[in-house]
Amino acid sequence: MFRYRKIKSTALYALCVASVLLALIPLLLIFYRTLSFGFTALNLDFFTQLPKPVGESGGGLANAIVGTMILVGIGCCLSLPVGILSGIYLSEYGQNVFGTSVRFLTDVLSGVPSIVTGVVAYTLVVIPMKHFSAYAGGVALAILMIPTITRTTEEMMKTVPHSYREAALALGISEWKTTLRIILRTSLGGVVTGVMLAIARAAGETAPLLFTALNNRFWHTTLDQPIASLTVFIYNYGVSPFDDWIAQAWAGALVLMLMILLLSIAVRFATRKRYHEH
Amino acid sequence: MQKEISTISVQPTVAAVPVELASKREKISAHQVCAFFGQNQALKNISLSIPEHSVVAIIGPSGCGKSTFLRSVNRMHEMIPESRITGTLTLDGEDIYQMDAVQVRRRIGMVFQKPNPFPTMSIADNVSAGLRMNGMRDRRRIEEIVERSLRQAALWNEVKDSLFKGGMSLSGGQQQRLCIARALAVSPDVLLMDEPASALDPISTAKIEELMYELKKDYTIVIVTHNMQQAARVSDRTAFFYMGELIEYDGTKKIFTMPSKKQTEEYITGRFG
Ligand SMILES: Nc1ncnc2c1ncn2[C@@H]1O[C@H](COP(=O)(O)OP(=O)(O)OP(=O)(O)O)[C@@H](O)[C@H]1O
Ligand SMILES: [Mg+2]
Repeated sequence: MFRYRKIKSTALYALCVASVLLALIPLLLIFYRTLSFGFTALNLDFFTQLPKPVGESGGGLANAIVGTMILVGIGCCLSLPVGILSGIYLSEYGQNVFGTSVRFLTDVLSGVPSIVTGVVAYTLVVIPMKHFSAYAGGVALAILMIPTITRTTEEMMKTVPHSYREAALALGISEWKTTLRIILRTSLGGVVTGVMLAIARAAGETAPLLFTALNNRFWHTTLDQPIASLTVFIYNYGVSPFDDWIAQAWAGALVLMLMILLLSIAVRFATRKRYHEH
Repeated sequence: MQKEISTISVQPTVAAVPVELASKREKISAHQVCAFFGQNQALKNISLSIPEHSVVAIIGPSGCGKSTFLRSVNRMHEMIPESRITGTLTLDGEDIYQMDAVQVRRRIGMVFQKPNPFPTMSIADNVSAGLRMNGMRDRRRIEEIVERSLRQAALWNEVKDSLFKGGMSLSGGQQQRLCIARALAVSPDVLLMDEPASALDPISTAKIEELMYELKKDYTIVIVTHNMQQAARVSDRTAFFYMGELIEYDGTKKIFTMPSKKQTEEYITGRFG
């Protein structure tokens, strides 16, 4: 009996380890390949130069790096307030039919294919403005980010024990200050994780940008023009027949990964938990 | 330690008559207070009067409505969904339920049964949370109040070198005293304490009891306790609750030496509960 249980436990443990490895393999492969292929095309020019015309070698994707930052930045400006405030609403006042419907629709929205989001932003922004623009790209990314931010904010705020709210209220702190400075502050770590996930996903999207931000081989001068982005460049260069473009696509992928990594580390550091519970 | 204990026996009515009111101003009064959780009635026609600068102990078996009564005084009861309250509660003659809830809670502080320091704040920030979030900016003044409150809560000597460590790094008993300091920092008139010593060792308990004795010079204190000796030691008057009703309310010595109700006697002698 004892041996049987021991064997069963060992087998299950082995199964768990195997599953973890299985899940890690694609990640490591992607990482390895991007690193080895991307690194060779990476040089200072890549960060400082514009793309060269077809046939000329060299050049860089400086405009696309900046473009991705701007697009994600616009996406954040729009999605952070909407997402976090909706999350606060759902966790604090969402125990009614309206809250339930918002929650349901948010889940539906997060399941919508990203190309559809692009079409929505196209009809909402590109058609009225009559041209592609950074704004349209930002709107498309924001629509993608909102559900993740909303739901993680809600879930994280709900994990804060009720006793902290009571403690704050009993001190004569008003309800909205309690919500923002105690409840939201306590769940900040989790909210930040949600925001980072949303940013990472948005930064890696190509489809919603194809007919919103389009692409631009030059520096954009204003935000109502088409704007370059790393993902659209990776897409265009990756399917091109030129070896140096394909190499630059790998370098672009590597830079994108590193950017997200650095941002996560920086944000984690800025919002780190100062006091560890024991 | 006991205040002038009345010799007048209280009429065996639910609405106990305050005995020392002649000498002390009334701070809080409850009149026919009923509290509900949905259909479930937790308080039935509670009427009592709490004199200023005194300690009132509330005793009674688990589930008899002690916490509910405390929470109706500082309007925390209404934070629970589906809760309802009827009757009148006054603070200094003013109807608590006509006042702004935030103002009520600034004047009536509360220490909860379970310590609940804010996890994202240091010890010092925990104590000053109420001040800072209500707009106090003067750092010097805040530091002074933090020190004063921690001294009052008998915690200063243990934490004075680690004021900027997290509030959660303290032991359970220290956390409870931190919560007491936090409540004192905003200088309320009344302090409601829901079993503040139930998680404390005898030494901390003694410190808290000493604190209550000190505090009643400036504050009015209502304490819920399951510890009969504690009630007898610290309080001037004692209220015995049973099944949502106020059975008896009188001077502490009277309650513990010659209660006028049989239920009270049975409870304090441990024959039921
Ligand atoms: N949040 C709640 N929702 C519904 N009913 C509640 C709630 N809190 C308390 N009650 C009910 O109200 C009654 C009184 O509870 P209360 O917490 O006031 O008891 P208590 O005297 O403080 O008990 P204890 O000594 O165990 O703390 C109980 O019967 C309980 O079932
Ligand atoms: Mg209780």
